[in-house]
Amino acid sequence: MPDVTKTAAATAPDAVAAPPVDAPAPQDKAEKPRSLWGDAWADLRRNPYFLVSSVLIFFLLLIAAFPGMFTSASPTAGDLVKHYVGKPELGDVGSAGWLGYDIQGRSVYARLIYGTRASIIVGVCVTLIVTVVGGTMGMIAGYFGGWVDAVLSRLTDVFFGIPFLLGAMVVLQAFVERTVWVVVFALAFLGWTQMARVMRGAVITVKQADYVHAAKALGAGTGRILFRHILPNAMAPVIVVATIALGGYISAEATLSYLGLGLASPTVSWGVDISAGVQAIRTSQHILLYPSIMLSLTVLAFIMLGEAVRNALDPKLR
Amino acid sequence: MRGAKSAKWVTGAIIVALAATACGGGKSDGAGDAKGAVDPNGIFSIELGEPEKPLYTGDTMESNGSAVMAGLFSTLVDYKADGSLEMINAESVTTTDSKTWTVKLKPGWTFHDGTPVTAKSYVDAWNWNANVKNAMGLSSWFADIKGFEKLSPEGEGAKPTADKLDGLKVVDENTFTIELAKAVPYFGHKLAYIVFAPLPEAFYKDTKAAGQKPIGNGPYKFKSWDHKKQIEIVRYDDYKGPNKAKNGGVVFKNYTTLEAAYEDLKSGNVDVLRQLAPKDLPVYRQDLGDRAVDQAYSAIQTVAVAFYADQWSKPKQVDPKVIQGLSMAIDRATITKTVLQGTREPATGWVAKGVLGYQPNAVDVTKFDPAKAKELIKAGGGVPGNKISIQFNADGGHKEWVDAVCNSITQSTGVACTGDGKPDFQADLQARKNKQVKSFYRSGWVLDYPVNANFISDLFRTGAAGNQGGFSNKELDAKIAKADSAPTLEESVKEFQAIEKDLVNYMPSIPLWYYKVNAGYSEKVSGVAYGQDGDPILTGVEVHK
Amino acid sequence: MGRYVARRLLQMIPVFFGTTLLIFLMVYSLPGDPVAGLFGDKGASPATIAEIRHKLGLDQPILKQYWDYISGIVFHFDFGTQIRNDRPVTEVLGDAFPVTIQLAALAFAFELVFGLTLGIVAGLRAGRMADNAILIFTLLIISIPVFVLGFLIKMVFAFQLGWIEPNVSNDQLLSEMIAPAIVLGGLSLAYVARLTRTSMAENLRADYMRTAVAKGLPKRRIIGVHLMRNSMIPVVTFLGTDIGALMGGAVVTEGIFNVKGVGGLIYESITRREGSTLVGLVTVLVVVYLITSLLIDLLYAVLDPRIRYA
Repeated sequence: MPDVTKTAAATAPDAVAAPPVDAPAPQDKAEKPRSLWGDAWADLRRNPYFLVSSVLIFFLLLIAAFPGMFTSASPTAGDLVKHYVGKPELGDVGSAGWLGYDIQGRSVYARLIYGTRASIIVGVCVTLIVTVVGGTMGMIAGYFGGWVDAVLSRLTDVFFGIPFLLGAMVVLQAFVERTVWVVVFALAFLGWTQMARVMRGAVITVKQADYVHAAKALGAGTGRILFRHILPNAMAPVIVVATIALGGYISAEATLSYLGLGLASPTVSWGVDISAGVQAIRTSQHILLYPSIMLSLTVLAFIMLGEAVRNALDPKLR
Repeated sequence: MRGAKSAKWVTGAIIVALAATACGGGKSDGAGDAKGAVDPNGIFSIELGEPEKPLYTGDTMESNGSAVMAGLFSTLVDYKADGSLEMINAESVTTTDSKTWTVKLKPGWTFHDGTPVTAKSYVDAWNWNANVKNAMGLSSWFADIKGFEKLSPEGEGAKPTADKLDGLKVVDENTFTIELAKAVPYFGHKLAYIVFAPLPEAFYKDTKAAGQKPIGNGPYKFKSWDHKKQIEIVRYDDYKGPNKAKNGGVVFKNYTTLEAAYEDLKSGNVDVLRQLAPKDLPVYRQDLGDRAVDQAYSAIQTVAVAFYADQWSKPKQVDPKVIQGLSMAIDRATITKTVLQGTREPATGWVAKGVLGYQPNAVDVTKFDPAKAKELIKAGGGVPGNKISIQFNADGGHKEWVDAVCNSITQSTGVACTGDGKPDFQADLQARKNKQVKSFYRSGWVLDYPVNANFISDLFRTGAAGNQGGFSNKELDAKIAKADSAPTLEESVKEFQAIEKDLVNYMPSIPLWYYKVNAGYSEKVSGVAYGQDGDPILTGVEVHK
Repeated sequence: MGRYVARRLLQMIPVFFGTTLLIFLMVYSLPGDPVAGLFGDKGASPATIAEIRHKLGLDQPILKQYWDYISGIVFHFDFGTQIRNDRPVTEVLGDAFPVTIQLAALAFAFELVFGLTLGIVAGLRAGRMADNAILIFTLLIISIPVFVLGFLIKMVFAFQLGWIEPNVSNDQLLSEMIAPAIVLGGLSLAYVARLTRTSMAENLRADYMRTAVAKGLPKRRIIGVHLMRNSMIPVVTFLGTDIGALMGGAVVTEGIFNVKGVGGLIYESITRREGSTLVGLVTVLVVVYLITSLLIDLLYAVLDPRIRYA
């Protein structure tokens, strides 16, 4: 009779889904067996979703790393003569004015390019922090069970009880200087609970698998079992949830900016521009349109990647 | 479907009028003409946020509460658009030395509960409001009156040693005298403020209830307050004042956003707006035609200098020429036209329009002149560090113009400038109070009483309530003290006019622009006018059948 | 069963105190003084401020304040009073919650019906056109920030087509709530659809499905009973935590559609540092969350006969 609080508390389906039972436990490196990851990779290479999303993400990372390569215009210096000059010069792709100018007469294109970094940093860093912190908590709770689990699970509940947006708003209010890192912290502050639950659920299911019992019987240490056997097999749902959440975090940054609590100038981000764009929605729609498209594309790219990885890691869906 | 029109129906007032007749079911009596006869008992609605506090005369400081209180209470006097006084509840307010004032009331006035308004109603109300025990936010308004320090001693936790202001004396039923601690030539103008309104006997029996259901002496009486939804007031038929309501009552409707209110105005669900969201500003003149309101009122936006900041105080006090230069580097005309969408008017001095003593083009440091700006900054020894920042609260819609002002300064002088946004007004105020502002900060001032002293003495005197930048100059203090104690109002105003011109030599702040009311009203109402504090004058609104 | 529920109820106690203490400390650590904020630009005398602080008990040490506050809630159902306007928080919450509960319930129904339908269709047709179309649709919803979605819906349905009123009026009619409910539930709808789809697609290949098909059961029964029942656990888990999230997450939606509910209250309490209101809000939400998660766990036993509670 399983304790249901342990098996079913995860939010994601994958946490409850049984791990691939037929995945062979890695035994002999020389044999080069087709591992879970090997299978997944073979599957991914043929998945059009994966290919499209990887190309997109590669470009986004490139822009985020070297914005100067894509435009010579400054994202912050404006000239009021060009206030809301909206007529895009679409023929002249890549020039400062080809997507029009914003309220301060700044190039919308330059702001798109320079805004990429902040948005990508928020998305990627929050996801990484959340996965590491939440994952560790979930793994420890799930593997050791008993009072360790009880304490960690209640701790997770304490943070989970505060609505995500409310918590992020309060945290952001606490900081006087709102840099990208503050926004990252605010989103990660409550975001890790979801990951902890997913990981915990996955670890509990994996823990009962035969190969774990076998490894234990062979006298493997806790560390070895955790990192060689449990972690690789429990990672699948976590990766999937993480990629979906990543898009959500970028979108959340935009929402916080809309509420006046997100990034503030002189930091350039899509969220800042989208919230400014809503103000001009009745006259100059281009201010809202372009950053929204970029945001949607980015979120779409990461979610598609997540879907592809999910399918690849789940042998039953092959 | 009353909401059916809107976006497409923006071509002109005629079409909207037709639509209003066709779809206005339940709103009007279906009269054929949109501008039907005036209904003296008609009730109109107006957009208004939830008052932040209970409705006390001594504690209503923000515009939402003030708008309701303005309908419920009448003060002794009120001021006209040119800043001159009009007697309301007072028959006369007289003084010979600006120190002792005699107030005679018009007889026969009653509160909404039927009890008479007497000299005692005023004196008791003022004593109550001034007492620190009652923690009224506006209590410092009584500081001019003799004996105030006994009711509200300085220092934290100090207890009052009296419960009556020494300076207030009831002479008879309808007369009382006010003795001030020292002469204040414009004290008569201060009496227009809501904190000087009278209170009925019933108030003291249950003050908590009175904050929820105020009983006043004004043109309207309180009907109901459904928190965060609406407040209703109806005409008080026994009102004796000159400003009797031309309508049957007012419903103050609460909206979560100004956008939503504007949409409801277009759908005919609300009649009068007080302000518009930036989103609707570019189109509202088109949408509303001659029902669009665009009018200046007595408030000014400035960028104040944090004189205590290292940048300006070390190693020596900054030369005012530098501040003059920065002021002339701001292209106010373009910024108000573009970024602020015509909602402000470039300032030409420190005193706002519509105030006694306002002088057009008082100073010329507000002219945009990049060459002169550079010259002045150089002559003054340059901006320390060659960079400045402007602190503002990010929740007040200031970000756009702060960015624009910064861009303008950088473009014309090469001085680097960034906005220093604090998350909200609380954090902004905290930084100001704790003297943590690094360079400049945004500051706004709406008139308290329509005399130029309010924009000078209350802002730049050493230790004045509105002086948060640590500005202090003995010379200027002496001049202000002299003007403050001038024997007559006219002389005081004149002296302050001279001081305003002289302020360029001190530059305690950089005047930016005057505020305007940008609003609108529905087809159902006419006679909508806005007072100097930017609020619509409720009593003058006429409702059409 | 009884013992299990009792144990769960006991476990709620530390979570309840932990969450309320956490939010209390968070609000307390914010910069800015709510009392000084009452006076705006013009400032007030220190004596007045001290008097107000004393009246509100804000001059007490933080843990004492927390204890006074939380014991008031637990023993007297007294949530304190607001700093700004002296109103009892119980009354403020009582005004805000009904409309938000209505909105959240409608959004919940919306995501349940449409999310499940889309998910089931996609799951049964895994890999085919319909599946891919639904994938793209749900991904789009996830990637549009909620305030953009709100404005788009308003522009199209209220202004262009004129099907709905742009704003919720003070009467708060149910019909006016439909548009905001769709916006509020949109994101969760996408999640529900994705979860259902994955779960269905997985279980289609399960042994018991093959058995059911082999037994020659009618298709409706196979899908309706065997497949659905087994696929619902992850979906139900998500939905369970989502009720509280919808109630606490309506900040933006309520603002756009002029709904005077919990969302606006959250925003206002944070910017005005209304600690007692915010803690009261979170107290209600955490209780909602704890109770729904208990109910959900009990529901598992219904859905999956293998789960029994000792």
